[in-house]
Amino acid sequence: MSPAMLAVHVGMLVLVPPLLLGVIGRVKAWFAGRKGPPLLQPTFDILRLLRKGAVYSKTTTWVFRAGPTVALAATLAAGLLTPLASSSSPLGFAGDVVAFAYLLALARFFTMAAALDTGSSFEGMGASREAAFSALAEPALFSSLVIICVPAGSASFEAAWRALPWASWGSAHPSYLAAAIALFIVLLAENSRIPVDDPNTHLELTMVHEVMVLDHSGPDFAFILYGSAVKLFVLAGLLVHLLLPIPPDGGWQAVLLFLGGQVGIAVVVGIVESSMARLRLQRVPQFLVGASVIAAIGLAAMFYRGLR
Amino acid sequence: MLVPVLGAIALLLASALAAVVLARSDRAALGVGTVGCVAACLIGGGASLGALLRGDADTEWRARWSPPVGELHAGLDALSAFFLLCVFVVSGLAAVYGAGYLRAYFGRRPVAPAVAWFGVLVAAMAALLVARDGVLFLVAWEAMTIASFFLVTFEHEREEVRAAGMTYLVASQLGVVFLFVLFAVLSRGGASWDFDAMGPSSRALASVCFGLAVVGFGTKAGFWPLHVWLPEAHPAAPSHVSALMSGVMIKMGIYGLLRTLSMLGGPDATWGGILVAVGGVSAIAGVLHAVAQRDLKRRLAFSSVENVGIVAMAIGLGVIAKAHGHASVAMLAVSGGLLHVLNHGLFKGLLFQGAGAVLHATGTRDMDALGGLSRRMPFTAAMFLVGAVAICGLPPLNGFVGEWLVYVASFRAASSMTGASAVGAVILVPMLALAGGLAVACFVGAYGVVFLGEPRTSAAERAHEAPAAMRAAMALGALACIAIGIWPAGVLRVVGPAARQLVGADAASVETAMPYGVTRVALVLVLLVLALAFVRGRLLRGRAVRTATTWGCGYAAPSPRMQYTASSFGAPLLEPFVPAVPIHETQTGPTGLFPLDARHEERVGDLAGDRLFLPAFRGLVRAFSRAHVLQAGRVHVYLAYVLVTLVVLLAWQLRGTP
Repeated sequence: MSPAMLAVHVGMLVLVPPLLLGVIGRVKAWFAGRKGPPLLQPTFDILRLLRKGAVYSKTTTWVFRAGPTVALAATLAAGLLTPLASSSSPLGFAGDVVAFAYLLALARFFTMAAALDTGSSFEGMGASREAAFSALAEPALFSSLVIICVPAGSASFEAAWRALPWASWGSAHPSYLAAAIALFIVLLAENSRIPVDDPNTHLELTMVHEVMVLDHSGPDFAFILYGSAVKLFVLAGLLVHLLLPIPPDGGWQAVLLFLGGQVGIAVVVGIVESSMARLRLQRVPQFLVGASVIAAIGLAAMFYRGLR
Repeated sequence: MLVPVLGAIALLLASALAAVVLARSDRAALGVGTVGCVAACLIGGGASLGALLRGDADTEWRARWSPPVGELHAGLDALSAFFLLCVFVVSGLAAVYGAGYLRAYFGRRPVAPAVAWFGVLVAAMAALLVARDGVLFLVAWEAMTIASFFLVTFEHEREEVRAAGMTYLVASQLGVVFLFVLFAVLSRGGASWDFDAMGPSSRALASVCFGLAVVGFGTKAGFWPLHVWLPEAHPAAPSHVSALMSGVMIKMGIYGLLRTLSMLGGPDATWGGILVAVGGVSAIAGVLHAVAQRDLKRRLAFSSVENVGIVAMAIGLGVIAKAHGHASVAMLAVSGGLLHVLNHGLFKGLLFQGAGAVLHATGTRDMDALGGLSRRMPFTAAMFLVGAVAICGLPPLNGFVGEWLVYVASFRAASSMTGASAVGAVILVPMLALAGGLAVACFVGAYGVVFLGEPRTSAAERAHEAPAAMRAAMALGALACIAIGIWPAGVLRVVGPAARQLVGADAASVETAMPYGVTRVALVLVLLVLALAFVRGRLLRGRAVRTATTWGCGYAAPSPRMQYTASSFGAPLLEPFVPAVPIHETQTGPTGLFPLDARHEERVGDLAGDRLFLPAFRGLVRAFSRAHVLQAGRVHVYLAYVLVTLVVLLAWQLRGTP
């Protein structure tokens, strides 16, 4: 990876994610007939939080303080593994697909541990739900990753995106469609979006992700907000690569196409959030298992092609 | 390099004997046992590590004396050397830990039996790994079972410990029956018990042998549904023995399976499919039951079922790939599986030692009675956290490396294979992913409920840090987890020879560039954490940082009992899986205008135990009780039996004579 591409990659990874939250907010406002906050509002929020002090519960230990830091570091490391506006990434290697998924799991591990560190039943409840939902989303994520990687024959993003056969996307590869749907559901679930979770809910009892971070404040909370934006960005990056022919060797067209794709996904997320109610908690597992089933059907279709 | 290993076995037995001789003084027995065991583990571990790194493992030794059946034939090859390394590393750490842990029993009960049987157990495991003769192998196998039985029943005055010991003994003996048949078939009816000459006489018999090995060795390894003894026996044993049993003893089943596979000639892809299925079911069922447990050590024991399942899946994938001639995929899968054997020994040992420290400090294993231990025993808490992150397979620790190799193998198999075998290879990915996701839930829950938050009982409040020997063993285990996670290329040099021996001589080693990719990610991750921690520290410096109570949504009088417990943490996770993890509820609701009493009780069942083995054994008891009519209790009736038998035998012998 050339220094210029590295700079573009890191620059996008650091700067773009909060903007996507702004786009989602604007879309939701538009649907609600409001003007909505400025696109940069999430960025302003994060910067404001970074300037604040902090309040810690006397129950908490170092785990609570380390949680947001480790989670953000793991998410950023995942962002350095996945290709953005080209087919290569700074840390990519043969097998980076698995490392990507497990880095996101590491982020989750520490977010949940920090929540349990407060000793609050609300945060325990949030951690418990997050654990349940993300465990059920894992097979869908991995099955989609297998579908993406089959043509390349390697568990590497670079090989996968280079080998994706664009000419026959629609007709011969319904598997990709299945993978895209499953990945989109995983993206909604992992980023605590409607219909799995409502980021704007105001009742602690119904929250999933938000309730886990109730006690965080100041720079820690900024890390959490920023980390969840980065997570949305990197997961959406997979979808963009799957759905759009990003030029493998980068260049300004690739950057424009990639950013366009990201904005597109943010708009779709905003539309989903505006047009749906969240599911009842007991329904969420069915929704996630449904994603796994869709991905499994995609896998089966792939092998049906192989058996032919 | 066989001689040092045999020397280590002799040293282990000698120190066990010395512990028995010095039994009058607990201190002396524990001291001599620990020193002997640690020295033997250093010698044996060093020898097997050297043999693996230098690649000169293949050596043999035959005694110039042959017992009536079989002979004393020992050998060392890469496979044996790798498992020996696992045994010696985990046993050495467990022995150091035991030196601190058993001290708590001084004056309450003699500790010499525990020390002596510990030495015998390690010696038996090492002996069965170097045995190259069927009879010698089975003798060592039985010695391992008996030694571990006496260790499990160490606290034999407790009813549940005796019951656990009995379950363990019966299950082991049932398993070993399959091994007797297996070895009888492999020796071609006793023609030769030498491993070099053993093998099936036809392809059909090879499949029979595979089935016998899966059941016989699978009972020891803890494959679902043969695992029922495991969550009873492992928690009942003293914690350093639990670490040894879960860490390495169950892996002897994996070794036996691999050794049998290497005797069966070219594998059948179907066998691999069976192993993937058995492993996948073990992994998912194991971790689901683990989530449902309140008892910390029981949770760890069920998680061993999960991890053995992961190893079985990896071996299954290796078998499929080898049967189809994909040596590089097989190499990745088998390397991943073997590495997971070592990794699981390290982090499960660490976790059991952490659980032992908790038990030592609070006297309870019930997670819902603990909490807030991180403040009272910060060192143990940090070590347990390392073990928990490692067992979830998260980077940058060792658990990730093993699972990552298996995933990469499966991803490659997906595109290079076709047909049913490809399905067998690819189905592994979602199963492993689900097990991984559930493992995160299981161990975040365990760590969070036990170590974080506020203490739920006064026992947890009065907890204290573990003694130095126990802390040292945990620290060494944690360091090994970190080292392997950050530098997988190093450990792959140790795993490589063993994997190559199983896959075939022509197999290329794992590409050297790949493990360095993991190293790079691990280092960048650590750097990012440090950088962000630095930024956070700078930002907070000089600002108002206050402490307050946890936000209780406006509720003014929170109590530690309101915290989420292990049971409540696991509940939403188990709900979708209820038929597989039966939860028996009994409830007495409040009645009347002034209700005095209401209770709700939940017991988590085990499908295999409740639906399979319990009815089977009840049926057996019923069938045998029918035979009670024969046992009349009167001597003349028994004399009549003897007479009838004699007459029948005479008639049978004399048939045909004119």
